[in-house]
Amino acid sequence: MARRALQEINAGSMADIAFLLLIFFLVTTTMEVDTGITRMLPPPVDINAPKPDFHKRNVFIVLVNRENVLAIENKISETSEIKELCIEFFTNPYNDENLSESVTFLKKIETERGKEAPNKDKIDTYQNVIDAFGNHISKSKGVVSLQNDRATKYGKYLEVQDQIIAAITELRNTLSNSTWGKDFDELSPDQQKLVKQVYPFAISEAEPKKFN
Amino acid sequence: MSKFSKKTKSGSPQISTASLPDIVFMLLFFFMVSTTMKEEDYKVTIKLPTATQVKKVEDKSLVSYIYIGAPTEKWQEQYGSKPVLQLNDQIANIGGVQQYIEQERAKRKEKDVPKMTYSLKVDENTEMGLIVDVKEELRNVQALRINYASKRADKK
Repeated sequence: MARRALQEINAGSMADIAFLLLIFFLVTTTMEVDTGITRMLPPPVDINAPKPDFHKRNVFIVLVNRENVLAIENKISETSEIKELCIEFFTNPYNDENLSESVTFLKKIETERGKEAPNKDKIDTYQNVIDAFGNHISKSKGVVSLQNDRATKYGKYLEVQDQIIAAITELRNTLSNSTWGKDFDELSPDQQKLVKQVYPFAISEAEPKKFN
Repeated sequence: MSKFSKKTKSGSPQISTASLPDIVFMLLFFFMVSTTMKEEDYKVTIKLPTATQVKKVEDKSLVSYIYIGAPTEKWQEQYGSKPVLQLNDQIANIGGVQQYIEQERAKRKEKDVPKMTYSLKVDENTEMGLIVDVKEELRNVQALRINYASKRADKK
């Protein structure tokens, strides 16, 4: 019955175990990050204010009905088609009469100067845009009109909106890549402002109506 | 005598506590990093939609949340199964939005108010009618920066 002395537990590897645990948790935990699509709502409008007048060719109608069916310019379409059609609508590479018109920034300066009270800030911004992208740079007059029914599902609505935003983002990226060789997100705030002048988020959301 | 004294010495082995601080620090850091302050309790079920163009929401302290979805089972008896609005901890109706916005604004510094974002956490199966009404309310109180909370879709 000889009592054996208990050996001291070697604590040298404790640190290793601790590190192992730390690394395990570091790798497996996903921090809850809020993500989403940020948009600006239009400010409340005066009912008596005159409605902005848009030529028919400058409006790109995207409609989602109560059955969540998508129609682009009155044609039933798939969500995957939006992006391409949208880009085509804004750039209008072949000067199609049914797609959006565009004005060069030189012309915009001229019209602004022709006004009774020319806005100097606007002229300066336009001039900056021309300085950055060259004389040929023009802005599309097009506006995407997103219409939906009250019974449209939110998921579908957001999917459509996502695609339109994807289209505009791609246009912005193309422009900034050809000028600065960088994506839009990597540009300085001032450069981003210039690109935004050329490709604004021209999305108009109509009040929901009843569609069949 | 020497025999006995030897016995008592080797009787209780001592566990080294040298690494205990390390472990404690490790735990501390882990919790420090991963803890997010508890937001409101959900009384509605929300399955966020996915989108490809999502961005991180900057500056969480300037974000107010509006939840929209069907009530959870526990609350269905009281509020029905149709999608409803949740502001703070309570189910509210559309008229409560303006008051809620004012409350949220009062919590922030005045100079931060224009920078506030209103995040709409909406279940993907909600009908747009309710959301349009909420957006209309937001417009009326000049709360124009909104965020459609959505998860990043995996790029194909």
